[in-house]
Amino acid sequence: MRVALFVTCLVDLFRPSVGFATVRLLERLGAEVVVPPEQTCCGQPAYNNGDFETARAIARQVIAAFDGFDHVVVPSGSCAGMLVRHYPELFRDEPETLARSQTLAARTRELSAFLAESGGDPVVDAPFSGKVAIHDSCSARRELGIHAAPRALLGKLAGVESVELKEAETCCGFGGTFCVKYPDISARMVTDKADAVIASGADVLVSGDLGCLMNIAGRLKRMDSTVRVYHLAELLAGMTDAPGIADPDKT
Amino acid sequence: MKPTSAAFSDNAHRALHDVTLQQALAKAGVGFVEKRRAAVSDLPEFAALREAGRAIKDHALAHLDHYLLRFEQQVQASGGEVHWAETPAEACAAVLDICTRAGATLVAKGKSMVGEEIAINDALETAGFEVVETDLGEYIIQIAHEPPSHIIAPAVHKTRKQIADLFESLHHQPGLTRPLETVPQIVDEARQILRDTFLAADVGITGANFLIAETGSTVIVTNEGNGDLSATLPRVHIVLASIEKVVPTLEDASVLLRLLARSATGQEITSYTTFFTGPRRADDPDGPEQFHVVLVDNGRSRMLGGAYHEMLRCIRCGACLNHCPVYSAVGGHAYGWVYPGPMGAVLTPLMVGLDEGRPLPNASTLCGRCEEVCPMSIPLPQLLREHRRQEFERRLAPPRSRWALATWAFFAQRPRLYRWASRLGSLLLNKSSGGRGRFRSLPFAEGWTAARDLPAPQGDTFMAQWQRRKPHD
Repeated sequence: MRVALFVTCLVDLFRPSVGFATVRLLERLGAEVVVPPEQTCCGQPAYNNGDFETARAIARQVIAAFDGFDHVVVPSGSCAGMLVRHYPELFRDEPETLARSQTLAARTRELSAFLAESGGDPVVDAPFSGKVAIHDSCSARRELGIHAAPRALLGKLAGVESVELKEAETCCGFGGTFCVKYPDISARMVTDKADAVIASGADVLVSGDLGCLMNIAGRLKRMDSTVRVYHLAELLAGMTDAPGIADPDKT
Repeated sequence: MKPTSAAFSDNAHRALHDVTLQQALAKAGVGFVEKRRAAVSDLPEFAALREAGRAIKDHALAHLDHYLLRFEQQVQASGGEVHWAETPAEACAAVLDICTRAGATLVAKGKSMVGEEIAINDALETAGFEVVETDLGEYIIQIAHEPPSHIIAPAVHKTRKQIADLFESLHHQPGLTRPLETVPQIVDEARQILRDTFLAADVGITGANFLIAETGSTVIVTNEGNGDLSATLPRVHIVLASIEKVVPTLEDASVLLRLLARSATGQEITSYTTFFTGPRRADDPDGPEQFHVVLVDNGRSRMLGGAYHEMLRCIRCGACLNHCPVYSAVGGHAYGWVYPGPMGAVLTPLMVGLDEGRPLPNASTLCGRCEEVCPMSIPLPQLLREHRRQEFERRLAPPRSRWALATWAFFAQRPRLYRWASRLGSLLLNKSSGGRGRFRSLPFAEGWTAARDLPAPQGDTFMAQWQRRKPHD
């Protein structure tokens, strides 16, 4: 089974450990993981800012780079949603590329959905114990319908007590460039989310999307919260010894 | 109403710092969401109903000309009159003309969003007519001289205290309870004050939730009964309706009514659902002498068949407002015109122009909750993106953000260069974070760091580290 990893621009730039956690989980399923070098970003910044031409150019690049694999796995609901839901919309009027985008869409899975569907047991039962809250990204929840998968995976970790956030369906306020275009409103939304995380009594917050996590972690740190924040992949791969998102380096 | 949508950022900023407004919004928001959730989960066939409702609207819109003409015929057959208005000015002129011919002085008005859209109250008052809003929420904002902040709960931005103060300062007739403390006391007082209006009004204006082609009926739903009194007691009844409200049959309307009540207020059915068909007949004990329907286009026929066609399915339930995290944070007035929230962010640029309405489609995280709860399955995020596409093509965004996007796009399409530049950025940022793992502030990232820390990159990029790892595999 050849699996191509679409690592996503945020993981590539900010948190490569999520990429390595993803590779570890996939390899435990027996996959041969390939990282196509021609990947940069899924094109959402262009798409969501109305530059459909650039979005198409980047989509073509991704479609070419990820051609021919059994599966394409993305450690982000947002970027997976772009490949699965929006690439075909972008090529509505280009039959040939549309067909290729549909092939890619059919092979592409968000990481937790892929792991849950695989039927294998990729999870590393690390000596972690504590209360873990899950934040569902809006794109994972609504564009891809992912809800049970991350919870089922967390359930495999003996030391994890899962807790749900109040108003879990509400957006954290990241929204790509929204958070810098409308910083006041975004701040209000992320404050509500951080309050919900703190109120849940969780020791650790996880999500499948680094965008949400950077947003929420950044707010939690600003509020001097001790909640540690990881990508779901890091927790599942037993990599929570490393500093959480926005935590200082270990000395 | 002069739009202030272009000033959305400033409006939102003020709203976020308005303590009273935030109290009112916090109180209203959760209630709507929970009531809808309960109503929808109590109805196993909700999803099927939603499909049926969508099909009805799609069919009606595909044959809009046919059903509108059929509606007109049936209104005429029942003794009423239809007035076609392409613009708000034409619509107002039609209403003024009817009022003038009726020798009216006082107009009792039920709630109508298209009335807000065409600013009918301003037109009537300028022409010397007295207009009294009879929906409690509309009455409150009328006496407060404010526009509505929600399409089904126009005064949702006001606290009980603010409303009590407003009533106490304005209503001075004997027998009123002072001080006003409870909601029932407030409602009772409004009833007492408005009763005289219903009895004295010459003309009653109502909106319409649906128009029924097969019978020429107009339908309104209310929870106060004010619509019925506005329509039946005055001599003349004028219905203001936009053209997309028409559906073929009574049966169709019943499907949509079931969706509307649950989506809007979480009710199975609203307290009053009234079908008006023509004026008083010879053997009717009551009812108006004249029945007029003013059909308003105001850009809707241009939406037909275009990129925003699906927006015409909207039945104005307000669910997208109630579930929108941005609306919940800033309230309706920040949107700066008649329609707020996700549906407003789609409609406003179409009705007042993209130059004025430009911020609204951008003020969304595209979280998709609006589409999820929309009883008409309108792809609101996609329609917001469509506005952004137009904005991009017309180069309306500020130069700084266009320049940033273009720079990013240049690198994103050149993977080798991108890998080099992203490595440089990651390493530099990591270095300058000094092992603290985050930044409290950073030049060019003030938008982010004003309220939250920015996590620092861990070090080298994934792609670079992966290249190094490979030989060891």
